[in-house]
Order: sequence, then C-alpha cells, then structure tokens
Amino acid sequence: MSDNAGVKEIKERNKQLIGEVLTAYPEKTAKKRAKHLATFEEGKSDCGVKSNLKTIPGVMTIRGCAYAGAKGVVWRPIKDMVHISHGPVGCGQYSWAARRNYFVGTTGVDAFATMQFTSDFQENDIVFGGDKKLAKIIDEIEVIFPLNKGISVLSECPVGLIGDDIEGVSKAKAKQIGKTIVPVRCEGFRGISQSLGHHIANDSIRDHVFGKLGDKAPRFESTPYDVTIIGDYNIGGDAWASRILLEEMGLRVIAQWSGDGTLAELESTPHAKLNLIHCYRSMNYISRHMEEKYGIPWIEYNFFGPTKIAESLRSIASHFDDKIKEGAERVIAKYTALSNAVVEKYRPRLEGKKVMLFVGGLRPRHVIGAYEDLGIEIVGTGYEFGHNDDYQRTTHYVKDGTLIYDDITSFEFEKFVEKVKPDMVGSGIKEKYIFQKMGIPFRQMHSWDYSGPYHGYDGFAVFARDMDMAINAPVWKMTKAPY
Amino acid sequence: MAKLRQIAFYGKGGIGKSTTSQNTLAALAEMGQKILIVGCDPKADSTRLILHAKAQNSILSLAAEKGTIEDIELEEVMKYGYQKIRCVESGGPEPGVGCAGRGVITAINFLEENGAYENLDYVSYDVLGDVVCGGFAMPIRENKAQEIYIVMSGEMMAMYAANNISKGILKYANSGGVRLGGLICNERQTDKELELAENMAKKLGSKLIYFVPRDNVVQHAELRRMTVIEYAPDSTQAEHYRTLAHKIHENAGQGVIPTPITMDELEEMLMEHGIIKNIDESLIGKKASEVAA
Repeated sequence: MSDNAGVKEIKERNKQLIGEVLTAYPEKTAKKRAKHLATFEEGKSDCGVKSNLKTIPGVMTIRGCAYAGAKGVVWRPIKDMVHISHGPVGCGQYSWAARRNYFVGTTGVDAFATMQFTSDFQENDIVFGGDKKLAKIIDEIEVIFPLNKGISVLSECPVGLIGDDIEGVSKAKAKQIGKTIVPVRCEGFRGISQSLGHHIANDSIRDHVFGKLGDKAPRFESTPYDVTIIGDYNIGGDAWASRILLEEMGLRVIAQWSGDGTLAELESTPHAKLNLIHCYRSMNYISRHMEEKYGIPWIEYNFFGPTKIAESLRSIASHFDDKIKEGAERVIAKYTALSNAVVEKYRPRLEGKKVMLFVGGLRPRHVIGAYEDLGIEIVGTGYEFGHNDDYQRTTHYVKDGTLIYDDITSFEFEKFVEKVKPDMVGSGIKEKYIFQKMGIPFRQMHSWDYSGPYHGYDGFAVFARDMDMAINAPVWKMTKAPY
Repeated sequence: MAKLRQIAFYGKGGIGKSTTSQNTLAALAEMGQKILIVGCDPKADSTRLILHAKAQNSILSLAAEKGTIEDIELEEVMKYGYQKIRCVESGGPEPGVGCAGRGVITAINFLEENGAYENLDYVSYDVLGDVVCGGFAMPIRENKAQEIYIVMSGEMMAMYAANNISKGILKYANSGGVRLGGLICNERQTDKELELAENMAKKLGSKLIYFVPRDNVVQHAELRRMTVIEYAPDSTQAEHYRTLAHKIHENAGQGVIPTPITMDELEEMLMEHGIIKNIDESLIGKKASEVAA
C-alpha cells in the first residue's frame, strides 16, 4: 500500500470517526462541535477548525479559567513577589504549590512561589467588600515576609462581582510601602478559557511594572547581546536547560519570563535587544507591546528536540553578528554527539510509534519535532485554548491527515483514542488515568509527569528516556484492552 | 394560632414604603397581631418609627464587628418597639462597596436559622427600591413572603417600578408560590391619581388595596420618629392606616400571579391618562434646533 493510499484511508477513517462522535450530541451541540474537529489537509493555511470559542455547557472540557491563566501560569513563577489569591479560599488552595516552576531561592525568605496567600473571603467580606482586608493582608505580608519585592493581587470571581476597588487599594498601599503592587482583574468568569487570563496578566505587567520605577530605576549596563526568554515557565528546569545554550553561544539572558523570574527581570526587560518567545500563546501580547513601545523585535523559537533546537539557534543567531552566529554553530556541534547518542539509543525502540497529544496553547505543535527526532509519529493533536494563529502555526508541524481537535471534550477524546489506538497519549493529569485504565501508555505534557526538563539538548535526553519508559514499560504487555 | 402571614412591601425609592408599612403594621399590632419587621435596606431605617430610633445593631454591622455571622445571637439584634412589635434590620455596607444584595440573603438566612419566626402572626419585609438584583428578590423566593404589597403613586417612575417588581414576582410565582397582594397608592396629588392607580392595578391583574391620602400629620409624626397611629391615634390619617391594615388582614390568600405589561403598554396607559404626552414618531431623537428648522 503506497503512502498516498494510506493517508487517504486515514482521512476517511477520521471523517467517519468525527461523524460518529457527533451523533452522540443533541443536534445543536453536534453542529457547534463539528467546527472544532477536522483532519489536517496538506497545503492548507490552517487546520480547518474553529478555536477560542465558548465551551458548550454540559460537556466535560479540559479548559481552565482566567484566574488559572493569570495566577497559575504568568504571575506565580515570579519568585520574589507574593501572589495573593484574592477571594474565597478554594481558588488559591487548589492552585497551591505551583506547576513545578523550579526556582532558586529560600521559600518563605526570598522566594514565595510555592506558598499560598489568600484573603479567604467570608460572608462578611462579600457583604462589606474586601478592600480593608486586602490592605491588612498587605501590611501583614510586609511584616512577616519583609524580603518580598512586590505583590500581585489576583482577583477571584466574587471580587469582580461585588466591584471591590483592588486598583485603589494597590495604589495606596504601593505608595505607602514603596513597593510594586499589581492588581490583576483575572476573575474566572471572564473570557472562555485561561487564555484571557494570560492576556490580562500580560497587560497588568505593561500597566503596573514597565516604566514605574522612574528615577529609582537602577542603572542598566547594556550589551549588544541582551536577550530575554519569554514564555518559559521553567517546568522541571526547562528555562535553565535553554538558558545555558543561549549563554554558550555568546548571548546574555537578562530576564526569564516567568520561570525562576524576578520582578527586577520584568522591570529590565525593555532593555533587551531581542525578545525570544517560547510560549507564543501566553506571552505574545507583552512581546508585541514591547515591539511597539520600545522597538524591541521578537522571534519565536523551539527548544524541543535537536532538529528544532538547531533551527532555532541559527534563527536567533541570524539577528546578531558573526560572533554569535559562530557561537550557535559551536553550540550545535558541541551537543551533536550527545543528541546523536540519545537518538541512537532510543530511536530503535520508538520508531514508528504513534502518539496523540492534547495540551494547552503551545506544546500541541512545539513538541512534535522532538517526537519525530525519535521516529515517533503524531497522529492527532489539539489545543485547550489555542487561537486561530496557533492553528496556522501548527500547519508547519503536522503531517497530512493528522486528526485535529480543538477544546476536545472528555467523551470525544476517549472515543478518538479508542479508535485511533495510539501507542501513547500525551495530555494532562485529568486525562491520564482514563487512558491508563484503557491500557494505553500516557505522559503528562503539562508537568512532564514530575520529570523534566524537556527543553534544550539536556532536556531532550530526559524526554527520550521518559517516552521510552512510558511506551515500552513491560506493564502494558500484561494488560489487555477491553476492545 | 392562625398560620404565619409573611408579607413584604416593595416600591420605588422615596415613595413612602417604610412610612406606609410601619403605620400599617402599627395598626395591625393594635388589632392584637404579633409582628416582626425585617428591614432589608442597608440604611437600616425601616423600623425607625416603631423603635423611636434608628436600630443600633443591624445584623450585618454586628456580624462585621464580631467577625462572623455565626457569632451573633438573635437577642442582640431583635428589638421591641411600639405595641411590642419586634424589629430587626439587615443593615449592609456603606454605599459603593461590597454587596448589599448578599447582605439581605445573609440576614434572612440568619433569622430563619435562629428561629426568629416562631410565635408570630406576621413577618413583614421592607425592601429597598427596585428589585435590582437577586439579593433583593430574596424575600419573594420560596418559603419567604407569600404576599407582596407594592407601594406606588401616580408618578411615572413609580409605575415603572411597580411593573418591574411585578416581573420579579412573576419570575418566582410558580416555583415559590409568592403572590401580588395588591397596590397601595400613597397620594402624591398628581393628576387623576386614583384613576391611574386603579387602572395600573387592573393591568397587573391585581387590585388597589387602598388609596392613602396625603396629610401633613405624617411628617409631624415622622419628625418625632413615631407612626401616626402612635402620635395621633385619633386623627383621620390614623383611621386611614387602620382601614388599610384591616384590608391587608382580610386579604389573606387572595394574592394573584401578576401580569406585568410591556414598556409600550405602560407608556400607552400613561398617555391615556395624560401623564405623558403623545408625540409624533418622526420627532423622536430630534434636537430642539432640528425641530425648529
């Protein structure tokens, strides 16, 4: 059977499969969901799906809320600030301890990312407003954690409903204690997914961090090689494995956004010569703003797998002089032996395996190169909260006939996996046990399943080992799938 | 003992709800009825004429002082006034902060949980202004007030408010059994006021319970923080309030599901009675200068 015939067959199967899952829905729901499910057609400029639309009530979505995006993703990794979950206790409690955004520092002394600060709203705070309580919390934080560099106030739903003036309190208290206090209007009911929370958080940095130091800004000694890492949350040490490559090629990383990041790094970012964006979805907003306001160009890069890393290092170097270009080649050469050894070891064990992905706003496309370096094929992918521009970018990664699913429902995901029978599924914690119980290997592609880093050459070695460990674990031969 | 009657007074802000309700309830108390007034207004002035003072401890102010609502006892917030009428005020936040609607919900839940409704003939809720949010609709929800009395006058905005409140009642009528008891017109001496009030009541599928004429004795009593019933028991006005009280007392179980009308119907009715003038459709949205040209 030729490849073309194979792709045709797959496309036909996908069509049937999509039709099949849609029959389970009421007519109106089926009509809406149909727009989010498609097969990628080679040569098209997007993936053929609608995205960034409201989830249909009644389905089991995998999405989060604006608060999750603003607090959990963007703000919390800034380690030297205290992040207050402002509202009733649950939102802070269930997002406690971070997404494994590694950091250097002493928790409770000069680092606060894994602690929970909440205003723990009671009935009285709803009725009388929580502004006074917020002011009191800020005072207490100053006393108990004097080494904090600033505070973010992350608004939960009720705060928005009762119209508390967190901006007013933040401004007054910032003046009083002489530190940055950032009010963030990321009420969970706003928008349709965590994506709006990223945007709101980006805007809050623009409005309450950039240019706010005035005369008090420390002197910044610029070099021609100042870059930033934007949209790397240092999950399992990702940003560190990325940073060393940039530094080895001769660049100076002046800020990490926001994994292992600090308030000072955010403040000095406008001095960068080039902003390097890893997670486009969550931080393109601030990058565009800096381009407009400070004339800083930005580029997207991809540090998953040796093929994409080499491409990215060269593309980053192309913005600098020969010294950096040579540096990029030197780095690529230095790590080739390592990545070759990884490929040699794992590729024979993984060649031809099929994987389905469903992740947030970047990885559904960005990790594909790393899988392909190991001979693994991605047969289906989709975003929780990607927008149209993400699906356009995805076309550069996926093969003809790839099954595409936007904001997939739990039901659809189960059905698709049941029929497509991939060798592994890569998604989040909520999905993990469903598929493992179906007898299918699984890796968490949000948290790296308590492993990592996966970025950079060092990360690739860990990634390859983890995928092998999941797919080739002997346990799967001892289970029998019920279909 | 007869079944507990739960009633509520609604109406546009400034229409005289609190005055009308307190005078009526004072008259009911004279008739030997055991009454509890629940003021559902952050200003906490729904029981002022009965207590001769603004209630010192509203439920919510005390809760704020003590930390939580669970820390307060019924006795601390329930005061006895004229004719042993029991009075509580929900209280609420200062204007512009927090959520007064949630405050009403919190306060009513507190009263129910603490047995405030035992050994009573009447519970009366006095609710501020329009039904602006879910919190202020609390008294008309399931197992709360069964009869709503809307205080209104012949002014246009009072009619709008009466119609809106009827919409609120209609929303909860089927799930909770709340009914519109009727309209009470508090005379403002506008043109054809009685006729208009009767017509409005008819449109809503209800009736005008009573037309309370305007009398300065009401102001005199108010200045002394008293009801007319107490201040001038022999006055004609006191007699009016007694009649109103009798009518409400006899109105038990006679409430209806209201039939609120559309804005267009309401405007048409007001035109009919000459409250608003009919103008040419083509003039709508035109400035004076444009009309002159």
